[in-house]
Amino acid sequence: MKTIHVSTTINGDPAEFICTPDETLLDVLRNRLGLTGAKEGCGTGDCGACSVTVNGRLVCSCLVLGAEAQDADISTIEGMADGDTLHPLQRAFIEHAALQCGICTPGILVAAKALLEKNPDPTDEELRYWLAGNLCRCTGYDKIIRAVQAAAAEMRGA
Amino acid sequence: MVKVLLWGTLRSAADGQAEVEVEAGTFKELLDELASRYPGLEPQIRRGVSLALDGKIYREAWFTEIGPDSEVVLMPYMTGG
Amino acid sequence: MALDAYQKREFKQVGTRPNRPDGVDKVTGRAMYGADATAPGMLHAKILRSPHAHARIVSIDTSAAEALAGVKAIVTAADFGVPEDDFLRDVQDHCMARGKVLYDGHAVAAVAATTIAAAKAALKLIKVEYETLPHVTDVDAAMKPGAPVVQAGRAYENVPAGMSENVTHHCEFGHGDLDAGFAKADRVVERHFKTAATHQGYIEPNACLASVTSDGKAELWVCTQGQYFYRTLCAALLGMEASQLRVTASEIGGGFGGKTMIYMEPVALALSKKAGRPVKLVLTRDEVFRATGPTVSSSMDVKIGMTKDGRITAAQARLCYSGGAFPNTTVDMGAQAAFAAYDLDAVQTLGWNVMTNRPKESAYRAPGAPLSIYAVESVVDELCQHFGLDPLAVRLLNAADKGTKSSYGPTFDQIGLKATLEAAQAHPHYTAPLGPNQGRGLSCGFWFNFGGNTCVSLNVNTDGTVGVTEGNPDIGGSRASISLMAAEELGIPYEKIRTIVADTSSLGYNDVTDGSRVTFAVGLATIKAARDAIRKMCSRAAKIWGIDEEAVEWVDGAAVPAGPNAGKFPPMTLAEIAAVSAETGGPIAGHYEVNADGAGVSFGVHLCDIEVDPETGATKVLRYTVFQDAGKAVHPSYVEGQMQGGAVQGIGWALNEEYIYGTDGRLQNAGFLDYRIPVASDLPMIDTVILEIPNPGHPYGVRGVGETGIVPPLAAIANAVSRAVGVRMTELPMSPPKLLKALEAKG
Ligand code: FES
Ligand code: FES
Repeated sequence: MKTIHVSTTINGDPAEFICTPDETLLDVLRNRLGLTGAKEGCGTGDCGACSVTVNGRLVCSCLVLGAEAQDADISTIEGMADGDTLHPLQRAFIEHAALQCGICTPGILVAAKALLEKNPDPTDEELRYWLAGNLCRCTGYDKIIRAVQAAAAEMRGA
Repeated sequence: MVKVLLWGTLRSAADGQAEVEVEAGTFKELLDELASRYPGLEPQIRRGVSLALDGKIYREAWFTEIGPDSEVVLMPYMTGG
Repeated sequence: MALDAYQKREFKQVGTRPNRPDGVDKVTGRAMYGADATAPGMLHAKILRSPHAHARIVSIDTSAAEALAGVKAIVTAADFGVPEDDFLRDVQDHCMARGKVLYDGHAVAAVAATTIAAAKAALKLIKVEYETLPHVTDVDAAMKPGAPVVQAGRAYENVPAGMSENVTHHCEFGHGDLDAGFAKADRVVERHFKTAATHQGYIEPNACLASVTSDGKAELWVCTQGQYFYRTLCAALLGMEASQLRVTASEIGGGFGGKTMIYMEPVALALSKKAGRPVKLVLTRDEVFRATGPTVSSSMDVKIGMTKDGRITAAQARLCYSGGAFPNTTVDMGAQAAFAAYDLDAVQTLGWNVMTNRPKESAYRAPGAPLSIYAVESVVDELCQHFGLDPLAVRLLNAADKGTKSSYGPTFDQIGLKATLEAAQAHPHYTAPLGPNQGRGLSCGFWFNFGGNTCVSLNVNTDGTVGVTEGNPDIGGSRASISLMAAEELGIPYEKIRTIVADTSSLGYNDVTDGSRVTFAVGLATIKAARDAIRKMCSRAAKIWGIDEEAVEWVDGAAVPAGPNAGKFPPMTLAEIAAVSAETGGPIAGHYEVNADGAGVSFGVHLCDIEVDPETGATKVLRYTVFQDAGKAVHPSYVEGQMQGGAVQGIGWALNEEYIYGTDGRLQNAGFLDYRIPVASDLPMIDTVILEIPNPGHPYGVRGVGETGIVPPLAAIANAVSRAVGVRMTELPMSPPKLLKALEAKG
């Protein structure tokens, strides 16, 4: 299959890659660019473990083609911390024990950050519906909801 | 002599008894004694058994000592998730 | 009293909630899971799977696939031997079908190629000729005379003559005179229950990276709950020596029992050996559902007699479990656990295991117990309803306690059931008002818990820090708990300790992370390893001071002379002793190896409120509270996490999750869209009440907490739903279509 050359921006830095026309953005990130923070839980858009943002919009990277990244601005979990300063969401997840195995964590953090950018003060219900596409099998979501709310409160105060 | 309580399925291999008495001071001696006295128990012993000694469950532990007044219950080998 | 027995103490660090050591890696995407590793020259593998539920493999032709550019190796069952041992042979046959495919999704061949695309293309070129056979996927159907036989000649000696060949195992437990007991009852209720198979649903698909070199050495990187057990199995199947196969556990993205068994690791190793290159094999979600994990399904009858004041007079359960196409004995656990919460004069549980054309069952949190206890707790609830009795009061009246002869034989020592029930009774949740279409349910739960083989080594670094090496994959924060126990025992800050999980070449054998054993057994070994190191540090201090070793004791992280006769020396801290370790005899390390026993059984009680939408049959969980005895909660956040996670998995099992098979015997819902696990918007907060009734078998009183939490939700939800809709629900899951049907039938 003929490959396509793609120029894009990932976590603020210019990036280039080649991919086949049928290759997903998730595969490009993981297999071509070494960004294995996004996880593949299903490959069919049902688990959210592969969540990234493309031009600010939250997507399942397993449902986006690599070729669609041309000229886009992509953010992944690897870009969430500012150097060695964790994002308040990342800190809150550790402090509130909002992860057990942690496989869902990158996707949930990316998704939660996307929500808080649009809605800095979500109700629990808004938050639960927003995160309904991100499966977590370990925690029962309780501590995840608490952690996001704690981070949101901190971010509103900051 | 220690009294060993068998679970229901094993009773047919032990002449229908729910409780058998064997001469044993340890878990290992008990298993050996049971297998030789009641050959019908041997397949299950080979698949694995646990031993409840005074309410505490042991999975292997050959040398666990069994007192003459201990409550000894044979149980299937336990696994978890 | 044994040295490792519980001793009351004031904890300084155990019971606090510090940040976990792997936290930053996991929130930044740096943690390395099964699919995240690569190796130079690595190939990608794919597995060809059976489209049939049951068929004879007439022939496999791989020649066209082998000729495809980029294909480096293909393996089938012909590349493996035939293990003599029944268990090993089953494990291997499950990884790669030999002669017959036994279920939809059964592996028949595997390809390693330079790209995933080439491997996928090669699968299409493999020609398998099948002769399809009649199949059976339902447990009741498989027990009928004349049912298609999944495997012939596999029944244990304990199966009564005349049963279907699919029945492989039979068990019976109990004591007392049932007839006399039932005769004393004012009412006897007998009900039939059925539950579907479910999957552990870990979010990380099984993945491994295998590398076998021509000198017979091998590396396996894999997401597993037990690297040592994987080594044992893979080495046996590949004819390798354990020392030559090093297995490293990756970070693990959930397991819940499902990653205690190998599914495709020997295949990756065989491909690597054949190709002479590293091979990565990652399952798709579809493959995870079709060929790994699921639980047993069940068909159960429970009969209980009760007096009008709530005393249970006799109880009986008949349990038929099916764990797929291979023999297993999970029903033993279900049968023993069924009535564990009750003090009964007459009780009997009978169990059968039945083979069906479904994937081989794997453990899932408290394997076997959730089903039988669901059935029992449902009948108890129905009797309470009939007599208008308070369901908590009835459970308290009949609760097992210290001195009770348990339904599975042994007499209970100290157990926390009554205290747990009393905590539930006193909780405001129990008396909160309910609205229309709402119901409240409760259930007891029980699990045995285990200890098992465990090694820990603890190294004192010269800068006064400590490294703990243990051998159990950290599935939910166990490294934090282990570090806390080491810090407590050594008397140094938590931050000074780093706990890592060893590969199979770095530490002796450790059993898999199962049976809720890690905090209990690894914790115990860590405490003992710390005590070993402390003894050595005291001896160094004694030498420095020129006094007797016995005259030194360890207090708050320092060696001090014991008593006035030992001489007057200022305390020497761990850091001070460590700094001069080279001068005083060399590096200081403590270690401990044990096959731990005395884990102590665990009880839990769950309370839930639900609301059923009469239009759609959908159930919403409104409020949920978990009460469980943890012995001692080492890191309470992760104890709560285990309880919350278990409860929500149980909620999924009760309401939505099921393996759905078509008449063709194929799995129809092998994806998260159709196999619906609970999502955030389905749930309320899950409140937890942790009781701490010390386990006499652990120095800090710890009990395992990982499994009990999945046991009560099935009946708690079923009882709540049954009360809300006014119909006794006896089938799981209680999905909306089933509930609607029940509502319509009621009129
Ligand atoms: S991997 Fe993309 S949604 Fe599951
Ligand atoms: S923490 Fe394991 S899936 Fe969310």
